[in-house]
Amino acid sequence: MKKIRFMILRRLTQFGLLGLYIGANVFGWTVLQGNLSSSLLFETIPLTDPYAIMQMTLAGAVLGFDVLLGALIITLFYLIIGGRAFCAWVCPVNLITDAANKLRRVLGISQVQKRVYMSRAIRFWILGLGLLLSFVMGVAAFEMISPISMVHRGTVFGMGLGVGAIIVIFLFDLFVHENGWCGHLCPLGAFYSLLGRFSLIRVYHDAEACTACMKCKEVCPEKEVLHMVAKRSESVVMGECTNCGRCIEVCDDDALGFSLKKFATQTKEKSL
Amino acid sequence: MNERRKFILSMARGIGLAAMGALAWSAYVGEVRSAPLILRPPGALPESDFLRTCIKCGLCALACPYETLRLAAPGDNNPIGTPYFVPREIPCYMCEDIPCVPVCPTGALNEASLRNEAGAWEIKKMDMGVAVVDVEACVAFWGIQCDACYRACPLMDEAIYLKYEKNERTGKHAFLKPVVNTNVCTGCGLCERACITEKPAIFVLPNAIALGKVGDHYIKGWDSGDEARVAGAKAETTQTQINEKSAVDSLNSDEGF
Repeated sequence: MKKIRFMILRRLTQFGLLGLYIGANVFGWTVLQGNLSSSLLFETIPLTDPYAIMQMTLAGAVLGFDVLLGALIITLFYLIIGGRAFCAWVCPVNLITDAANKLRRVLGISQVQKRVYMSRAIRFWILGLGLLLSFVMGVAAFEMISPISMVHRGTVFGMGLGVGAIIVIFLFDLFVHENGWCGHLCPLGAFYSLLGRFSLIRVYHDAEACTACMKCKEVCPEKEVLHMVAKRSESVVMGECTNCGRCIEVCDDDALGFSLKKFATQTKEKSL
Repeated sequence: MNERRKFILSMARGIGLAAMGALAWSAYVGEVRSAPLILRPPGALPESDFLRTCIKCGLCALACPYETLRLAAPGDNNPIGTPYFVPREIPCYMCEDIPCVPVCPTGALNEASLRNEAGAWEIKKMDMGVAVVDVEACVAFWGIQCDACYRACPLMDEAIYLKYEKNERTGKHAFLKPVVNTNVCTGCGLCERACITEKPAIFVLPNAIALGKVGDHYIKGWDSGDEARVAGAKAETTQTQINEKSAVDSLNSDEGF
C-alpha cells in the first residue's frame, strides 16, 4: 500500500473530479460544473484553462471577465502546487497513457522495440504553433484538436467518435513511443511545465540516503528531471516534473519526498 | 560533419517539421470549423466571432432545462465542443429567463443582445435562425387544414401567421397557409418540431443561409422611416456631351473612324 499511496491518491483525485463533472451533467450537482476548458466551482468561482485563453485572445476574441479571472486562479494554483501536477492529478488522458505504460512494462515492449527517437522539445514547438495558428486562423487552434478536451468533454457530455482519440493515444503510447503523448507531444503539458519551473511544491532528493538503486528513474515518466539522483541533494527544479510522486513511493531509502522548493539549493556533492 | 553544418541542418529539420505540422493542422482546422447550417444557442455572436470566443465548457448545455443544447462531439461534423441544437429533435423552448446565456463565461453568448432598454430579458430578441416553408411539401398549401406550426409558434400571429385564400379547386374551401415573418421569427424550431409531415415542411435555417439582402439603394418610398434614410441626399444631374453628328451620318460615311 505504501508503495502506491500517491498512485491511489491520484486516481481518487482524477476519478473524483470526473465524477463531480459528470454528476453536474447527470444529476445537476453544483460542485464543479463544465469541463476542463472552463468550469464553475460552487456556482461562483470560475476556473479556466490558461492555454485556451491565450489561444482565444490571439484568435481575436474579446473575452468576458469571468474566464480571465478563472485563468488567473488556475495559473496561481499551479504555480503553487507544481505546474504539471495538472497532468498527473487531474488530466483524464493520464489514465490512458498510464494504462498504456503499464501494459508496455507487462509485455516488455520497450525491450523488443528499437528506440524511436522523438525529442521531448517537440511539445514546446506544438505549444508555440498552437498560438501562431490561433492567430492566423482566427480560432483557438489546439482546442479544435485537443484530445484532452475531447476525452474530458466526451466523458461528461457524450463521447461520439471521441473514443477514437482515446484509442489513438493508447496505441501510440503502447506501440510507437514510451510516454509519447504526455512526455513529448502535449502542448498543454508543455505550458504547465513552464509554470512548473516556478512552483513551490517539489520533490526533494536527499543524496545522503540514496543507495543508487535507480528504481525512481525506472518509474519516472520524465526521467531527465531526476538527473541529480545519487549525486546531489537538491529539489527537482525542472518544470517537466509532474509531481506524480511515483519516485517517492518506490524509493526504499526515503531519499525522495515532497517539500517546499529549496530556493537556495544545497548542491552538496555526495561523498563517495 | 562540422558543427556549423550540423547546426544548420538541424535547424532546417526543425523548421521543416514545424511547417509540415502547421500546414496539416491549419488545413484540418479550416475544414472542421466550417458548419454553415449549424444552429447556435440564443444570443450567440456571429458565427466567426462565436467560434473564436466559445471556450466549449458546456455550461450553456448544463443550464438548458430541456436538454436542447448539445456539444458537438467528434463525428458530428460540427466544430468540436461547440453548442448547437437540432430543432426536429429538441427545439429551443425560449425560456423567459434564458438560463443558457448568463452562464456563458466568455461572452460568446451575449447577454446584452437579449435585454431590452429596461434591462429585462426580451425573448423576442433571440435570433438563432429563421423558419422556412417548403410550400410543395406543406399540406396547408394543398388545401388541407393543418396549422400545427402556427399553433406551436411561441410568437403566434407574429412570427407565423395564417394567410387565408380561397381554394379555387373545390370552390368552397379556404387555404390556411402558414407564412413566416422573417423579421420576427427567432428560429426556435418549435414549428419544425410540430410539423406533421414525414420530413418537416417547415424548418429552421441560419440567417446567413436563409435570408436575402436588398442592398442600400432600394428605398421604400411609402415608408416614412425608410424614406428618412435619404433625407440628406442631394440630387445630382450629370451631363454627357452628345456627339453633334447624327448617328446615321457617322455610321454611313466613308470618313474612317
